[in-house]
Amino acid sequence: MDIIKTIEELHEMLVSKKITSSELVKESVKRAKEINKVCNAFVTILDDAKGGEVTDSLISGIPYGIKDNYSTKGILSTGSSNTLKDYVPFFSATAVLNLEKKGAIPVGKTTMDEFGMGGTGTTCHTGVVRNPWDPKRMCAGSSSGSAASVAAGVFPYALGSDTGDSIRKPAAFCGIVGYKPTYGMISRYGLFPFASSLDHCGCLTRCVKDAAIVVDAMKGIDKYDQTSWDSSNINLTSSLNGLVKGKKLFYIKEIANIENYPNASDELKEHLENFKKTLDILKDLGVTVHEVSVDQTLLNAIPSVYVCLSCAEATSNMSNLTGIIFGPRGKGNGVMSMMEDHRTNGFSPLIKRRFVIGSYILQKENQEKYFVNAQRVRRLIVNKMKELFKEYDGLILPVSTGVAPYLDGSKGNDTVNDDNTSVLEEHLQIGNFGGFPSITIPNGFINNLPVGINITGNCYDDANILNIAYALESAMPYKNQIAKMEVNNE
Amino acid sequence: MSKYKVVIGLEMHCELKSNSKVFSSAENSYNEIPNANIRPVDMAFPGTLPVVNKECVRKALMMSMVLGCTQPEYMYFDRKNYYYPDLPKGYQITQSHDPVGVNGKIIIDVNGKDKEVLIHDIHLEEDAASLDHYYDTSLIDYNRAGVPLLELVTEPCLNSAEEAVAFLEHMRRTYQYCDVSEADTKKGQIRCDVNVSIMDENATELGTKVEIKNINSFGNVYDAIIYEVKRQSELKDAGRYDEVVQETRRFDEESGTTIHMRSKVDAIDYKYFVEPNIPKYKITKEWLEEIKKDIPVLPRERKEKYINEYGLSEYDANVIVREKAYADYFEECVNLRMNPKTAANWLTVQIIAYINKYEIELKDFYLTPALLNQIIKELAAGTISSKQAKEIFFKSLEEEKEPKNYITKDNAQISSKEVLEDIINKIISNNEQQVNEYKNGKTNLFDYFVGQVMKETRGKANPTIVKDILKQKLD
Repeated sequence: MDIIKTIEELHEMLVSKKITSSELVKESVKRAKEINKVCNAFVTILDDAKGGEVTDSLISGIPYGIKDNYSTKGILSTGSSNTLKDYVPFFSATAVLNLEKKGAIPVGKTTMDEFGMGGTGTTCHTGVVRNPWDPKRMCAGSSSGSAASVAAGVFPYALGSDTGDSIRKPAAFCGIVGYKPTYGMISRYGLFPFASSLDHCGCLTRCVKDAAIVVDAMKGIDKYDQTSWDSSNINLTSSLNGLVKGKKLFYIKEIANIENYPNASDELKEHLENFKKTLDILKDLGVTVHEVSVDQTLLNAIPSVYVCLSCAEATSNMSNLTGIIFGPRGKGNGVMSMMEDHRTNGFSPLIKRRFVIGSYILQKENQEKYFVNAQRVRRLIVNKMKELFKEYDGLILPVSTGVAPYLDGSKGNDTVNDDNTSVLEEHLQIGNFGGFPSITIPNGFINNLPVGINITGNCYDDANILNIAYALESAMPYKNQIAKMEVNNE
Repeated sequence: MSKYKVVIGLEMHCELKSNSKVFSSAENSYNEIPNANIRPVDMAFPGTLPVVNKECVRKALMMSMVLGCTQPEYMYFDRKNYYYPDLPKGYQITQSHDPVGVNGKIIIDVNGKDKEVLIHDIHLEEDAASLDHYYDTSLIDYNRAGVPLLELVTEPCLNSAEEAVAFLEHMRRTYQYCDVSEADTKKGQIRCDVNVSIMDENATELGTKVEIKNINSFGNVYDAIIYEVKRQSELKDAGRYDEVVQETRRFDEESGTTIHMRSKVDAIDYKYFVEPNIPKYKITKEWLEEIKKDIPVLPRERKEKYINEYGLSEYDANVIVREKAYADYFEECVNLRMNPKTAANWLTVQIIAYINKYEIELKDFYLTPALLNQIIKELAAGTISSKQAKEIFFKSLEEEKEPKNYITKDNAQISSKEVLEDIINKIISNNEQQVNEYKNGKTNLFDYFVGQVMKETRGKANPTIVKDILKQKLD
């Protein structure tokens, strides 16, 4: 199977004509169909995808997947929601266009939590997404299908989006790399919004260099996105030299130390031990890693700040989904009842709950107490991080409390019943609060299931963060790993 | 007139002139074809994002300065959230927390008297789509969705329908002078919400405020206020003031009355919050200075100058400053060294009547100040009579040929004293009998002599000069 190689390897093969783009695309489509039966990773598989020209561009002629919340011209784009179940856009997201210009070949649209508003991969209108390492387990979300398909070797990369941890957590649970660059490095034009101030585009790959290559191709200032910025002087791929001696990282004591979790399960213990082992590898590479203490109150506020801000922005962002201009028309006498019908029947209960929370938070009498305070705490958290980034190159932390949980919530998912773990589960949201570049890479296995580690740095310092991740990845044996899954070949 | 004190506050929405819409690259122009001026963002297709039109911000800041408002340090926008089919995003991008101008003050003229109007704020926002309702369907035209709007909110400081309309007229003119808007009510470019309350003459607390929404002409603003004051006064007179409730009404043009729309309890919570897709940006002092330089001389100042420096009557000055085009035309005439009074007279009498009659704009009027000057110059030199001047004026307009083509030597008026004196001497010596009769008291023969001169010159003699010379010779 050639498709499991890295982008550079595939490019080399294409250039030397050991394989053609058509063959690669065909293999990718075939593989997509196979794994879809098990994982439900795709909303749409582009059966008729054709090979393309191979140019100097590393990604030319190579297949990839697109999360279904990217607008793709002429291709069904549902956001995994019934409200857009038949929506075929007439324009493509800027990031997709950028890849298209460089010759990348999309072969499918990947399943996700409805509009990115979930972290389990279980709220998709086409059903639950399953983890290729163990289909009884979840991939996390919301970039669930992208993570599953990359981990299962459908293509070397897929696009994701990340509002809380939607790229970086599924990457960890699927044993791959998930990278969201600094806010605004990739244009959000054409990305279905969840919470605009927290939404990031990014990618899921099987190695750091592929992530650099893909984001190099996706990024760029865009006249249609005022929050985008000119990064033409940044070349992530060529910045990867593996030289990290003298770099300084910190981890947060209150999150990463086992003493914080008196009721810790064996899995959590192992996960945190493994984290410390990874820190030792970094030290061997010449990286200094310090333990830093951050006010527990501030850390505990992270999940609620996230809920307040993301739900508030989401209720407003998704007010365009009325079924009037696009999406299935609702029934009813008069336009207001048609909208009501469309929204009542279109959204999953989870989303509706979030809308109610968002609406409540934005109400005049509640705004100061919830919304404005959440904004203030967000600023405090970001300021604290920026202060630390003056001294350190980045923050390193374990992702989640361990391996992917079971989908039915049953046995094995025995982490802990400890309030403290909510920060361990949700700390990746710091990266969204500050728009910080943040990358998850696999750092080992617990019970044959992958776990991940995350490095987050200061805004615009993407090259540095990626380079540290690159060096660490090179010193560990998990680069370009594939989930070995049994598929029935009929 | 009501015996009560009337208190009025206005909200004036005015569409701005710009190449593209305020947050979209779609064209901002009137288009009869529905849904022609649209981009994906105007219909809120998923994933589209707003991009601020800097020119609109510039114009909004200019108006903020003209109104004597304070400008914010940072420019940013807020979302006003509500569901309506004319609002594709489900929210309007507007300014609530930090508008482009607050706490302004201007002086307006109400029937020759100065009136101070306090400005609560002025903010930049986007217009909604327009709806056409039919028997069992409604059609949506998104051409207007995203058109830049400036909303100006006054304090409740106006005390009559006259003052309210004078303020609106003043603002309409100001928008036109600053070239930020055509401010044409006929094109629906101005819409107003009016807040009206009444109170006893010496009361200190304001009465119950009633809002009349979405009035689209100044005449209707006037009528709505008059009706609303009457309605409220009658209730108060009858001891039923508690029936005046805080509510939103609309003006019904046909009946000339206001009609209940919704009460205060139905007021929508718009859940304003900062628009996250438009980054905050600093409004620099340098930029403000630049904008300030572009503010033209406004009507009040111009009027003063016309009266004090050019000696125009207040009436003429008022007519000329009513439209910037008039004032600019007049000033160009003065710059061409026409006598200001003559220029004003031609403009206010002939030109404005002409363009009104043919329903054209002054900018499309054939006789530019330079062309008009061809006539005025000859008139001033006395080579043509004012009657001839008018004839040339209309002929030139009719045939769209320069006036000089009609000012030939043949029809030129004879104003030369020597030439006329020669002719008159000849006539006097040829009419000895009539001269004697005249001198003996038959003074009505004077016209006979004028007639003779005209006959001799085939009507081209300057009558004023002829009369002067004749009087000199005969009396």
